[in-house]
Amino acid sequence: MSLHAQDDPALRAAQEERLRAVWKPPTGWFFRWTDTNNNQVGVWYTLTAFGFMLFAGVLAMIMRAQLAVPENDLVSPATFNQLFTLHGSMMMFLFAVPMFEAVSIILLPQLLGARDLPFPRLSAFGYWSFLIGGVFVTGSIFFNVAPDGGWFMYPPFTTRTDLSGLGADIWMLGLSFIEVSSVAAAVELIVGVLKCRPPGMRLNLMPLYAWYILVVAVMILFAFPPLIAGDVLFEMERLLGWPFFDQAKGGDPILWQHLFWIFGHPEVYIVFLPSIALFAMIVPTFARRHLLGYPWIVLAAVGTAFLSFGLWVHHMFTTGLPKISLAFFSAASEAVAIPTGIQIFAFIATLWAGRVVWSTPLLYVTGSLAIFVIGGLTGVMVAIAPFDWQAHDTYFIVAHLHYVLIGGTLIPLFGGLYYYWPLITGKKLSDRMGRTAFWFLFAGANLTFFPMHFSGLLGMPRRVFTYPAELGIGGLNLASTIGSWVFAAGVAIVCVDLALSPRRSKSPRNPWEAGTLEWLAHPDDEDWGIRSVPLIESRYPIWDQKDFVKKVDEGRFFLPDAEEGRRETIVTSVLDARPVQVVRLGGPSIKPMLTAIALGSVFILTTYHLYWAALVGAVVTLGMILLWLWTGTAEIPEKDCKPIGHGIELPLYISGASASGWWAMFITMMADATAFSGLVFGYYFFWTRHEHFPPSGVGLDGPGAFWPMVALAVSLAGWLMTIGARETNKRGMVGAARALLALGAVASLAAIGAGLAGPWLSGLAPKLHVYPAIVWTLVIWTTAHAGVGAIMQLYTLARSVAGKMTPKYDADVRNITVYQHFMALTAVVTYATIGLFPGAA
Amino acid sequence: MKNEAPHGPERRGFRHRLRELRVTLWTLIVPPSVWAVHFLFCYLWVAVSCAKLGAFPRFTTAFVIGTLVAEAIIVASGWIAWVQTHTPGDPAPHDQGTDIDRLRFLAVSTLLLAGLSFVAVIFTAVPALMLTDCR
Repeated sequence: MSLHAQDDPALRAAQEERLRAVWKPPTGWFFRWTDTNNNQVGVWYTLTAFGFMLFAGVLAMIMRAQLAVPENDLVSPATFNQLFTLHGSMMMFLFAVPMFEAVSIILLPQLLGARDLPFPRLSAFGYWSFLIGGVFVTGSIFFNVAPDGGWFMYPPFTTRTDLSGLGADIWMLGLSFIEVSSVAAAVELIVGVLKCRPPGMRLNLMPLYAWYILVVAVMILFAFPPLIAGDVLFEMERLLGWPFFDQAKGGDPILWQHLFWIFGHPEVYIVFLPSIALFAMIVPTFARRHLLGYPWIVLAAVGTAFLSFGLWVHHMFTTGLPKISLAFFSAASEAVAIPTGIQIFAFIATLWAGRVVWSTPLLYVTGSLAIFVIGGLTGVMVAIAPFDWQAHDTYFIVAHLHYVLIGGTLIPLFGGLYYYWPLITGKKLSDRMGRTAFWFLFAGANLTFFPMHFSGLLGMPRRVFTYPAELGIGGLNLASTIGSWVFAAGVAIVCVDLALSPRRSKSPRNPWEAGTLEWLAHPDDEDWGIRSVPLIESRYPIWDQKDFVKKVDEGRFFLPDAEEGRRETIVTSVLDARPVQVVRLGGPSIKPMLTAIALGSVFILTTYHLYWAALVGAVVTLGMILLWLWTGTAEIPEKDCKPIGHGIELPLYISGASASGWWAMFITMMADATAFSGLVFGYYFFWTRHEHFPPSGVGLDGPGAFWPMVALAVSLAGWLMTIGARETNKRGMVGAARALLALGAVASLAAIGAGLAGPWLSGLAPKLHVYPAIVWTLVIWTTAHAGVGAIMQLYTLARSVAGKMTPKYDADVRNITVYQHFMALTAVVTYATIGLFPGAA
Repeated sequence: MKNEAPHGPERRGFRHRLRELRVTLWTLIVPPSVWAVHFLFCYLWVAVSCAKLGAFPRFTTAFVIGTLVAEAIIVASGWIAWVQTHTPGDPAPHDQGTDIDRLRFLAVSTLLLAGLSFVAVIFTAVPALMLTDCR
């Protein structure tokens, strides 16, 4: 497609017709929900998360009503427990994190000039998982069985089935399911940022939003898996009686606190950084200049991400850990203020150096920064251990965390809503209502939460359903309750503003006169994402590149057509965004939804102890996943290359380290390895907690060194055979590759038997003591991975036999080799730990 | 490049070679990764010592050497990044889509992260100077 050809309006119209046909959303009352286009799925995702936020907000209002006056009896203590547990859990798991993912699914392709994210069906799967899990957890309160152990679910009260009911299982299994969808979204977003940027958008030209998304998604990858590992142990204790957190049998509830807060503290930054990312888009637009200190912002994002993993124990300052341990975490907690401060100064400097347009979104940005800074400063206070000992578990902490979350997540999101609403709907929201709502929110937040500092210091503990008048905190609490109504009024005004939007007329294109790519979107938007994928030469191409919008619209850049009737986007290299592939994207499909339903059934049925039905659900899930992979991935194209314009031809199929599928496998396995390291941490944690570990006695001796070493040898054989299959296949020796895959599967299956033989033959009794329980858990984790490895090897064998994988088109075997690398690492760590460590200890 | 003037041609050659080093997202995270390893090392050292021995030996050679090595790696990566930020070629403000500007960007970010990591390692090491027992 030369420049010249695009001068022809008839050609352009024909191209647009083809693009429109390819990206046409499915229709029909049911099939419209099978859409996978990011602009549809992202909107559903956002609306669902917004709905959960309103619901959780109503729960908070009930709590504030209960606490308005001393000795109130509006709700019972049991209901109050469910209210605060569900409020916190929903705001974190069903609003803050999913909202970041939802907004990113909408915005990221637009910001990157891509037609869609690399795995649109994965986004759809993530959405349906989120919806099912969210409704399941939320709905429990209507049956009076909502979780009631606090959002962090501390054992032992929550693991003892005589002290806690179904709610704990609903929390654990329902939210585990949502954690799966979060990890799925993280994979999608990381690969999206690294591999789907437009040509020329080198790392130093990437919109800062994309930098933050990359950092946050990587944080999800390392933060959520420890919680998943904790969930596994927690449910093993609740359902099977394996005593991980039961002191009487050698367990320790502190382990749960470690695993929870290794997730829980980075989580704070996971929900905070995306809002800062919105600031990084809004501030330059209204300062009318490039953001100052681009590398400083990247420093802040990356630095915060790292340091945030060294803070978790500051939630555990009162658990009796050695003071020196507390001091390390206290130091890191103080250090994290440095990068956080830097980014705030970068925004202030940009506003200072620019010509500021005082728009509604900017009002939200500045207001929320003020609130956030107050929360940040009380954060520095509670990071000092001696102060924390006084303030721990009081309303001072409630005040601190709400200042952080409202200033750092909620109000920025409202600002983002006012900023990006024209991008999604083509219509601006009302400035007048937006500003009114802002002042209600700002005043309401301060009136609600500022008095809580004092009620906390006066001795009001968290999570109490009422308080005596003699404590003298009645006035402060009444003020908080009034403030909460003011805040709610602000939210209501925003909702009314949104509801009036359909009646308003369209605003002009790029109404804020912004400079970044996403504002190419047209008010009467097409579903194709972007008319042609541009060549990027600046951080603010709409401001800086000549005739940029016109060239995009007239298809003068890359990939202006869909000749073969397929949804496509360009894959580029990580550092310099050199085009490497045209990737074919999955279109509308019912498979993501059905897979999510099947997987959801596994979690939900397990909650009600319907294990056989859950097993059926698991088999159906596996079948759905295999069907999805078989029909929708690593498809051999009808031709090797296609032209994308300007004389560039790109391959339609690539495999190995430059392919998006390889990256997705690598990233998923990083998350998997992190969850595994959580379990291994458990083993060594118990070792530090016991004088004699492993203990000895009937049911406690084992698993010996012999079987673990056999299992290790067989696992490594399976790994080497997979590598052999990759290499022989590459060299055209298809028969040898198939034989190696078959043998590899046999080795993987043998590794299951040998792995289980150790604890089985030595009679380790997992209900007796925590040692056999943790050994069994490690072995089950590792052998289950061997089983998945065998399925992958057999799947790849079948792909080869069916002609869907050849020496040239070898993505399948390359991707499962990545899995096997991690599998080998898992086997080495597990079998060395359980087989050799007891001897060494 | 005024600070290069006093050095001989070999020295310039060395700096030149530093600028040729491959810079990626992985090299960007070297300084904070060193902080993370050092932090984990300190935490595990103390946690295991206190749990198993009831005390931790102050100023063990391992702790001092570990901290010095961590700071040395951070300083080295920061210095390499500093040299790379002075790669001559494109005009300021270095925000163009060129090879040199991309290198300079990654170098500046690495340098800044090295600064933050350097301070953070000191933060982590300070408690071991102050506190002496496991209480």
